[in-house]
Amino acid sequence: MIGGLFVYNHKGEVLISRVYRDDIGRNAVDAFRVNVIHARQQVRSPVTNIARTSFFHIKRANIWMAAVTKQNVNAAMVFEFMLKVIDVMQSYFGKISEENIKNNFVLIYELLDEILDFGYPQNTDTGVLKTFITQQGIKSQTKEEQAQITSQVTGQIGWRREGIKYRRNELFLDVLEYVNLLMSPQGQVLSAHVAGKVVMKSYLSGMPECKFGINDKIVMEAKGKGMTTEDPARSGKPVVVIDDCQFHQCVKLSKFETEHSISFIPPDGEFELMRYRTTKDISLPFRVIPLVREVGRTKMEVKVVLKSNFKQSLLGQKIEVKIPTPLNTSGVQLICLKGKAKYKASENAIVWKIKRMAGLKETQLSAEIELLETDTKKKWTRPPISMNFEVPFAPSGFKVRYLKVFESKLNYSDHDVIKWVRYIGRSGLYETRC
Amino acid sequence: MTDSKYFTTTKKGEIFELKSELNNDKKEKKKEAVKKVIASMTVGKDVSALFPDVVNCMQTDNLELKKLVYLYLMNYAKSQPDMAIMAVNTFVKDCEDPNPLIRALAVRTMGCIRVDKITEYLCEPLRKCLKDEDPYVRKTAAVCVAKLYDINSSMVEDQGFLDQLKDLLSDSNPMVVANAVAALSEINESSSSGSPLVEMTPQTVNKLLTALNECTEWGQVFILDSLANYSPRDEREAQSTCERITPRLAHANAAVVLSAVKVLMKFMEMLPSDSEFVTSLTKKLAPPLVTLLSSEPEVQYVALRNINLIVQKRPDILKHEMKVFFVKYNDPIYVKLEKLDIMIRLASQANVAQVLSELKEYATEVDVDFVRKAVRAIGRCAIKVEQSAERCVSTLLDLIQTKVNYVVQEAIVVIKDIFRKYPNKYESIISTLCENLDTLDEPEARASMIWIIGEYAERIDNADELLESFLEGFADENSQVQLQLLTAIVKLFLKRPSDTQELVQQVLSLATQDSDNPDLRDRGFIYWRLLSTDPAAAKEVVLAEKPLISEETDLLEPTLLDELICHISSLASVYHKPPSAFVEGRSGIRKSLPASARAGSEGVESTESQAAPAVIPAQDSLIGDLLSMDIGGPTVAPVAAAPAAPFGSAAMDLLGGGLDTLLGETSSSPAPPSALPASSAALLGDIFGAPAASATYVAPKTTWLPAEKGKGLDISGSFVRRNGQLFMDLTFSNKAMQPMLGFAIQFNKNSFGITPASPLQVQSPLPPGVAADASLPLATTGPVQKMEPLTTLQVAVKNNVDVMYFACQIPMHALFVEDGQMDKRVFLATWKEIPAQNEVQYTITNVMHSADSNFTDTVVSRMQQNNVFTIAKRNVEGQDMLYQSLKLTNGIWVLNELKIQPGNPNITLSLKSRTPNVAEGVFQAYDNILHG
Repeated sequence: MIGGLFVYNHKGEVLISRVYRDDIGRNAVDAFRVNVIHARQQVRSPVTNIARTSFFHIKRANIWMAAVTKQNVNAAMVFEFMLKVIDVMQSYFGKISEENIKNNFVLIYELLDEILDFGYPQNTDTGVLKTFITQQGIKSQTKEEQAQITSQVTGQIGWRREGIKYRRNELFLDVLEYVNLLMSPQGQVLSAHVAGKVVMKSYLSGMPECKFGINDKIVMEAKGKGMTTEDPARSGKPVVVIDDCQFHQCVKLSKFETEHSISFIPPDGEFELMRYRTTKDISLPFRVIPLVREVGRTKMEVKVVLKSNFKQSLLGQKIEVKIPTPLNTSGVQLICLKGKAKYKASENAIVWKIKRMAGLKETQLSAEIELLETDTKKKWTRPPISMNFEVPFAPSGFKVRYLKVFESKLNYSDHDVIKWVRYIGRSGLYETRC
Repeated sequence: MTDSKYFTTTKKGEIFELKSELNNDKKEKKKEAVKKVIASMTVGKDVSALFPDVVNCMQTDNLELKKLVYLYLMNYAKSQPDMAIMAVNTFVKDCEDPNPLIRALAVRTMGCIRVDKITEYLCEPLRKCLKDEDPYVRKTAAVCVAKLYDINSSMVEDQGFLDQLKDLLSDSNPMVVANAVAALSEINESSSSGSPLVEMTPQTVNKLLTALNECTEWGQVFILDSLANYSPRDEREAQSTCERITPRLAHANAAVVLSAVKVLMKFMEMLPSDSEFVTSLTKKLAPPLVTLLSSEPEVQYVALRNINLIVQKRPDILKHEMKVFFVKYNDPIYVKLEKLDIMIRLASQANVAQVLSELKEYATEVDVDFVRKAVRAIGRCAIKVEQSAERCVSTLLDLIQTKVNYVVQEAIVVIKDIFRKYPNKYESIISTLCENLDTLDEPEARASMIWIIGEYAERIDNADELLESFLEGFADENSQVQLQLLTAIVKLFLKRPSDTQELVQQVLSLATQDSDNPDLRDRGFIYWRLLSTDPAAAKEVVLAEKPLISEETDLLEPTLLDELICHISSLASVYHKPPSAFVEGRSGIRKSLPASARAGSEGVESTESQAAPAVIPAQDSLIGDLLSMDIGGPTVAPVAAAPAAPFGSAAMDLLGGGLDTLLGETSSSPAPPSALPASSAALLGDIFGAPAASATYVAPKTTWLPAEKGKGLDISGSFVRRNGQLFMDLTFSNKAMQPMLGFAIQFNKNSFGITPASPLQVQSPLPPGVAADASLPLATTGPVQKMEPLTTLQVAVKNNVDVMYFACQIPMHALFVEDGQMDKRVFLATWKEIPAQNEVQYTITNVMHSADSNFTDTVVSRMQQNNVFTIAKRNVEGQDMLYQSLKLTNGIWVLNELKIQPGNPNITLSLKSRTPNVAEGVFQAYDNILHG
């Protein structure tokens, strides 16, 4: 299991060092600094073995976090745990930075003592941790409170405490999709997939049982078979083919496996209910058509056409197209029909920004790039054109059909709950080769 | 809060100042001071001098302060054991606190303090905490048992903590169950006896599966990882367990998913591969594995390393998912390299066009390692998918035109492999390759280019000039290049003898006279002799047809792969090494996949897993093979091809026996086994003993190479010792449709230097459906390399169809030599000399006839027939003690003491040797001989 956990700043100075096992000595702290942080050649793997000791590391902003072990540990678990530690820290004190870590080191030690015991991860749910590890020192707890805390930390529903009350029972569902695309210069889709997630914000009283329904193909087909006679129109409704999905730990997985129904008791506040991935029938919101011409050795002409490909009534927002330019670019002349375009030397790219664009529209940008003469033999390899955007629909066709709330002990019913659903489609890695 | 100020105290006299602050009456001041101490400790300053002052702060009801003091204690208690005792009282008191959080904190911290005196006081509180009413305390205590085991394992075993821990597996609280299972797994893994202390029963498995649905994500990982160590009793149990684990594949935590995959992959081995269940499970495995690729890059890396293993074990799972492994521009380099590896593995006729166009993109990227790998991958595609070869070659040519140095070099290395795979097909591109001769500066690329020139010397007009240009700096070249250059020039000479005589003389003299490298010198001498005595024979040898190279490379050796499958998600799977390679000390139990329940059923999968492990050379050894194949190693050429001309005795002097085996025909033609001088002992056995066959134990022949692996050739065999000579008895059965001919055999380096003593003589041609026996005399003078296990022998057999590789085990008793009788006094002295830690004990169970009155004599004579000699015999308190000695072919002496009790079917054997790692094999031999 994990033998020790260290946090360093970018210079390699130790900010946090917690050793859990006897086989890890203080010299491990230095070994990592010397061999990874200060390594002459950048380390090319997140797992490094130095003198029969294995180091797992993650770097976020300027902070290095390393987990150390001498055993054959579960590597996936170590990384998942480290990511979780970062999550927990963020939810306690915001951004991970040297300043914040130094300011909260006592708190961090307290957390590390709680969530990792002899190298075994324990309950890492922030909601629960916050009930008994606080920045305000100790609160005097009554016996009942103590019992409640411990039963919650170890409990079956470790993510929700009892006795939550709201005057207004309300919930928000955000369907957030990231469209990933790799397109060839000729407009052929090389790979495309949607990584989606459903984020829920729940403000519900008591211990509500929720049931969540989506237009998943398997469910819809099973339903369709049962009532073909009643509702023939249903078959015409769009369905989504989900390749794979994953759920928050509150979802009863065995129930999903057998009945394909998503039921759960939600944590209080915001959480990620499910993640899913689709590859079939994705409606790509934008299409980039590049045209690059090299005129002699010192000039290049680039024309980029951008087409929006969704309902006319909808508006795409925060659109940004990034067109890479060669390293020896000396000057760029730009003409664009819509939005603003700028050559950014620091990024070696032309950045073209459009605030809003309606569906089924087309616009274009043309650029003349002047190049310095260089003697390097090596041809410049064009990185792909990438783009960012946000659209108000789910490109995969994912639809929420219902979310029912049952709370038998308190006197509110499904109808009393105010529900909000929102769809957002964003660009993931959306690239067109040129 | 601005705790960062604590980090900045760097004044002199700081310790003194802290001391006074720690003793301040004000609580707030005290806390401040402890914080400063912890901050100093973090950055590595030694603050152990403050020990008594910090411990004084321990008695407090401020939980935050208490935790800080405990943190300090855990760090420094070991260096101040005497003072640490001061803390014991508080700990014991805290373990009784009404607040469960404090009780747990106390027991958690106590377990981390590795001071004997504190550990003594831990037992009582721990026992209570394991039965605490609060689950939080119980789950903490469960982990504490593992801590205690690490400090003092006998205490855990003696005080009954194991049973208490086992009881917790039935706890009502899922987290307690999860922590208990984690602790038990660790204890089992590190148990000194090597066997698990607590066995899992179907009942406990059932409890674990129930807890699995309810505990935290980490708890699920602990449970799944421990389930992976369990072996279901039968198919039904395996299947039902799989069914209950499958829902975990939809968990958001990658560790849960991968651990579930591990259990499923392992249990799937037990199910018939053609069953509907396995088919549907295989389908269910793909999507979650693909989803792992959208997690954080570090997790992706772990996932990819594991997918690499899964693809090798069950290629079907991801065969349609090629696209998800396409490299993204912004992927970190470690993700890119891993994806590329998997892409090559998944490449097939159906997707090769896509793969190739991707690889072409990658070959123009910035990162040198990545580009090299991409170029190499193009070559691998060509070799793997014949239909794509042409496109691959033209892509490689395009890349060579870019003139980017490392791209060109890498391309030439892979083109050499393509030439070998498809001879006489793409030689038209040689001229393009030759244009880039000057830019090659890496040994591998130079050697490859030279190989190409030598191989196709007759088609390259200026081959002599090209090779001559390399010769100028011969002394400075890497030995790989030197060897290749020597061979290439000899090839050239054999093809165009008229105008290259001078060149060949030059290179031979450089190799034999100016070089210090024995390999190079030997190779030079052999060529020289060959060329001067019989050019025709030289041609046969040097220009012999080359064995084909395999399609898949870099495959893990099957037994290692199976072991790694049992370690999915762990570090071993990331390193692709068994845990013993990087975990210190405890060797633990090597894991292996369960055997298929329906072995021998028609399923291809199951027969494959049963088959003898075929060793497929990895990439680097392939290259080694390529470079030395025309001469290196004791290649035994087929007899039929041997030249008729005998050698002069002068040549024999210089070259010894090496040349004989090389050419297959020797001046003293291989003597029939009976003519070989036998040692007196064996002769005696022959005269007086029963028929020789029953006297020495001969293992029944086992199948080494099944027909489906050997392209229709089935090989079974065993090792025998006859008249002082070691033989490999082989049966070749031709199960193919056409006759086979041109048999030859070659061994890899092995622990005992075993090598063929004469060429393989098999009925040739071997008609279809016929089985022929062959007896191959073996010598023990070959190159030595330690194998794991020691008795492994890797064999390559060649015929007109292909080259087949397989591995077999040499029974140790075949290596016992005839002069293994040690003098009594020498025996006594040696036994004393060998240190006690080299003594290994073993029990031979259920020996037949042990009830016989003269059983001991039977043992003596039976062992004697197998070259194990009894030095002395004693009777101590009714039991017979036998002292025996034996010697192995490589001169290792082994001394044994046997304890035989009349009426007891078990014999105790104590072995002493200076190299105790032979013990395993010797025990096996005793077992076989005495049971056989």
